[in-house]
Amino acid sequence: MDGTVLAIGASAALQGAAVSLTRIEKRFDSVGAVRGVSLDIRSGEFLTLLGPSGSGKTTTLMMIAGFETPTAGDIAIDGRSVVALPPHRRNIGMVFQNYALFPHLTVAENIGFPLKQRGVDRTERARLVAETLELVQLPGYQARYPRQLSGGQQQRVALARAIVFRPRLLLMDEPLGALDKQLRENLQLEMRRLHADLGITFIYVTHDQEEALTMSDRVAVMNEGLVAQVGTPEDLYDRPCDRFVASFIGESNFLPGIVRGSEDGMMIAECGGATIRAAASRPSSPGEAITVATRPERMRFADTGSVPPRQNRIAATVSEAVFAGERCRYLCECDGGITIVLKEPSGATIRRRTVGERVELAWSVDDTVIV
Amino acid sequence: MTAAATALAPPLRLSWPRIGPVLLVAPLAVYMVVFYAVPLASMLLRSVADPNWTLENYQRLAGDDVFARVFWNTLRTAVVVTLGTLLLGYPVSLALSRLRPAAATVVLIIVLLPFWTSVLVRSYAWMVLLGRKGLINESLMATGLIDAPLKLLNTPLAVHIAMIHILLPYMILPIASVLRQIDPALLRAAAGLGASPRRVFVQVVLPLSMPGVAAGVLLVFVLSLGFYITPALVGGPRDLMLSMLIAQQVDLLNWPYAACLSVALLAVTLLLIVVFQRLPGVRDVLRSATR
Repeated sequence: MDGTVLAIGASAALQGAAVSLTRIEKRFDSVGAVRGVSLDIRSGEFLTLLGPSGSGKTTTLMMIAGFETPTAGDIAIDGRSVVALPPHRRNIGMVFQNYALFPHLTVAENIGFPLKQRGVDRTERARLVAETLELVQLPGYQARYPRQLSGGQQQRVALARAIVFRPRLLLMDEPLGALDKQLRENLQLEMRRLHADLGITFIYVTHDQEEALTMSDRVAVMNEGLVAQVGTPEDLYDRPCDRFVASFIGESNFLPGIVRGSEDGMMIAECGGATIRAAASRPSSPGEAITVATRPERMRFADTGSVPPRQNRIAATVSEAVFAGERCRYLCECDGGITIVLKEPSGATIRRRTVGERVELAWSVDDTVIV
Repeated sequence: MTAAATALAPPLRLSWPRIGPVLLVAPLAVYMVVFYAVPLASMLLRSVADPNWTLENYQRLAGDDVFARVFWNTLRTAVVVTLGTLLLGYPVSLALSRLRPAAATVVLIIVLLPFWTSVLVRSYAWMVLLGRKGLINESLMATGLIDAPLKLLNTPLAVHIAMIHILLPYMILPIASVLRQIDPALLRAAAGLGASPRRVFVQVVLPLSMPGVAAGVLLVFVLSLGFYITPALVGGPRDLMLSMLIAQQVDLLNWPYAACLSVALLAVTLLLIVVFQRLPGVRDVLRSATR
């Protein structure tokens, strides 16, 4: 173990570890929690596993950390399989959901714990602990006990403990779940900064899509033990590959329709009496039933000025109008019976619609995806 | 009736939360005072007031060789039994805390089984096992390991063995209860941070279980101090425990001296409880045990 001590104290950014998951599975009493996940996490990347509870994201993380053994498949770090390695030999930093600080140890002893296991001597330990406490903005907290700290401070100590030994990979299991919104947002920014400073690979688990989108280089959306889609936050938001991703990340309007044909790489479909165009992201044949999706904030009321080309349009009646501060949220009943949500910025020059008003909705063909 | 109750309701509503619990406890409190506190006090009073007010009995105690020997024998027995139950009980507690719930229940029942058998019966059972022609001697002779039977019964060793057996649950239960409350995430965190299983135990599990150890030690030690039946049955006539000496003095109708010894036993016990209560975490464990 002592031989694996990395360049402790090196101020230069480390090279992050590359993690490769190959068709990993985990069954608990024949119930598949993870059912074949393959994922390549690049060196130095901030990757988030996002999904609802029970989607297998935490189990996947626990398998990378070594707390769960995959039923099938392989996990490699920097090309070397680690499946047979017990957790204490993997040299991975980990931050737990409820911090898991040792209640009988002071902040300094908590942060010094991984150093002690690696045979770092007392003076060097004290120096590294002080340095890391600076890094998480808690200088001088060495002698406190975890119970004397607020939730946010405990989280910072847990983070310090996970990075003090300079692991090349940091795993985080919903680390901000127990904190209030304001604090969560501050810590999100801080984690991004830490990620940039340290240069190590972060794998982050959350069920909060906003958190995933703001923090990650890439997000892997998980559902029912499988990865539904991997991509940058923009990819996932603008080009969700299926209905689950479209509805889990942000809000979506789904319009069921029938394919009528294609033209210039565009698919043309009939949805609730209107003709809708969308980029033909996958082959489709006339007569096929499909669903197209679009985001509520990408839609407009068409009678506000001229309508540029490449727009989809649909006639509807406003059935509900809610003022929500920065935005107004409308529910519109289309003539074909579909309900569409539309979000419009609020402003002095923007006319508020009233319930019962006849409107025409318009949105760009490029904001329309087939799911 | 209903009308009267309703009419009375407003003034009662204020005081009921305070009076209610008192009334619930009152029957037992009265019972304890009449049948326990009063006799106990009158008994203890005899140590200073029989027949006249005097401290003579205590002066005699201070210079009494028999008392000194019995007192140290009692303390030594309590220490040995406490250490014995701790060494044998801790691993069982650890196993209890790590087993799956179904298996843990089975082990727990096995641990608790002795509780459902009277101390008298268990002490007689040890007499059968440890006697000159008891099971242990017979089997050792049959295997040829010894030629003549060992003297086991009526020795301090017999007292230690039997008392450890009887008091084990009092050590196992508080330790297991504390171990069960340790957040499994802490063990994972320790392993993830590079601690081998042995180091996880030494640096995390052991220190976190200390309140349970202290509670178990207190219980076993205090119970050992006052043990009577078992040492009387399996112990030797020369290895008196304090409780046996008290009984002996009562038999001799030497009430003042017996009362004196009782006060000494009570004082040591109370002192230990006060000291242990001050150890960090112990109070919480004792409190959670009563929950």
